[in-house]
Amino acid sequence: MSAYLKIDHIDKSFERGGVATHVLADITLTIDKGEFVSIIGHSGCGKSTLLNLVAGLTPVTAGAILLEGREVNEPGPERAVVFQNHSLLPWLSVYENVNLAVSKVFAGRKSRAERHDWVMHNLDLVQMAHAGDKRPAEISGGMKQRVGIARALAMEPKILLLDEPFGALDALTRAHLQDAVMDIHARLGNTMIMITHDVDEAVLLSDRIVMMTNGPAAHIGEVLEVPIPRPRDRIALASDRSYLRCRQAVLKFLYERHRFVEAAE
Amino acid sequence: MTATARKAPIEAVGRPAEPGKVVPLGRAPASRFDAGRTAASLARNVIPPVIVLLVLLAVWQVSCSGPGASLPPPSQIWTDSYDLIAYPFFEYGSQDIGLAWRVLISLERVGIGFGLAAVVGVAIGALIGQSVWAMRGLDPIFQILRTVPPLAWLPLSLAAFQDSNPSAIFVIFITSIWPVIINTAVGVRNIPEDYRNVARVLRLNQLEFFLRIMLPAAAPYIFTGLRIGIGLSWLAIVAAEMLTGGVGIGFFIWDAWNSSRLPDIIVALVYIGVTGFVLDKLVALLGRVVARTSAAA
Repeated sequence: MSAYLKIDHIDKSFERGGVATHVLADITLTIDKGEFVSIIGHSGCGKSTLLNLVAGLTPVTAGAILLEGREVNEPGPERAVVFQNHSLLPWLSVYENVNLAVSKVFAGRKSRAERHDWVMHNLDLVQMAHAGDKRPAEISGGMKQRVGIARALAMEPKILLLDEPFGALDALTRAHLQDAVMDIHARLGNTMIMITHDVDEAVLLSDRIVMMTNGPAAHIGEVLEVPIPRPRDRIALASDRSYLRCRQAVLKFLYERHRFVEAAE
Repeated sequence: MTATARKAPIEAVGRPAEPGKVVPLGRAPASRFDAGRTAASLARNVIPPVIVLLVLLAVWQVSCSGPGASLPPPSQIWTDSYDLIAYPFFEYGSQDIGLAWRVLISLERVGIGFGLAAVVGVAIGALIGQSVWAMRGLDPIFQILRTVPPLAWLPLSLAAFQDSNPSAIFVIFITSIWPVIINTAVGVRNIPEDYRNVARVLRLNQLEFFLRIMLPAAAPYIFTGLRIGIGLSWLAIVAAEMLTGGVGIGFFIWDAWNSSRLPDIIVALVYIGVTGFVLDKLVALLGRVVARTSAAA
């Protein structure tokens, strides 16, 4: 299969006050359609920056990102983002938050009734259809993130970008949402890129894990295939050999070869 | 209400027979407690100012009752200006009307001037908040202009409009627009980057971004600006009317001074104070309603 998303020799540096910081150096990665790829690394290594580049929220300094052969240079709904802190608009209800995306993306393509059904369908996918009238402040953190996922899915994106989507959640809620994302990935076959710093999460969800070295000028240190068949069950995997082997490989990379050095900041 | 509704299914799993009972038990004492508390807070807020007011009136009465007193005591105001106090809506002729009418005429000027200032102020504030270059260019100029006292604009405004009514409205406009502009700009600058990113991913156009993201996100700041603005415009209209004439409450005071009707002036002051208070509370209330719907998550 030809590459669905191609990240081609990307460089990124930020300039502030005449001082340039080289964040990402020579990142090359191709992702197939339907693939689930995690990007893992220590904080500050530029993994969120990489996601923002794919989303088009920040421009690349050098190199190119191609989605289905077309260059990405601005944000758009075909690369929907699930933001780290959900980013729901607090003055809109859950339904209105998703509907804002649906009515913008499908304006002229779906009738009003079809758009309503589509909003409800996506809220249903994340089991939030019952809370449509609630405002974000009235629901829990896990529920907010579910709505954030529903909003992103409702844009019918070619690729779904998840920026540490479960980082702010407690362990139990996190597990529930990981299962929800696995279920959605299995049912819809979306292409997904997820930023994470959680080793278990990366191994559980991904087809491939991209490991980043520490910045400045972070690059891809290693790419690990996760040869575990789907559907995956977190309890069965706890003693699965290939799961443990993958987990160990990532841990070794992060804590032996690229230990995070506080003093570097 | 929402809390009990959300809790119900959880209770139902644990204790199948219970959930019907939980609701009435929890509700009844809460409402009784509320009524008592409302009465108590009313008493707390109303009784002290009434007592203080009575004391002040008594002191005033005593100190101004002497033969050499230069200001009238409350009792004299009551007898001399009884028609102004008791009949706010009388109409004896085009220049001889009740104080409530005069306040309404002044309010109409404030309404037009402040309404324009609100619309233009939010628009300019949004521009300054959005664009670094607009801010660099306009902010220093605004910071200087906003310190100009309202009445200093009046001669220029009279020269430009050649008429007193539009001049007074312009003074209101130019007085109340600065806090609206500055607060809106701060509010827009403080819109979280995440909301902007949401808008960019959705490819909202400028107008959609303004209506769907910017206005609700900056609403608390905008209302702070509007509240300061309405207070300033009520300050300015009275002063402007004293100079421009017409039938507003400000001119009434000037007229009363020229014909030495001091009791009338004091009654007018009370009208002005109460109206300004009500205006401020109205905008504050509106702001609270809006803030409740756009409260941060």
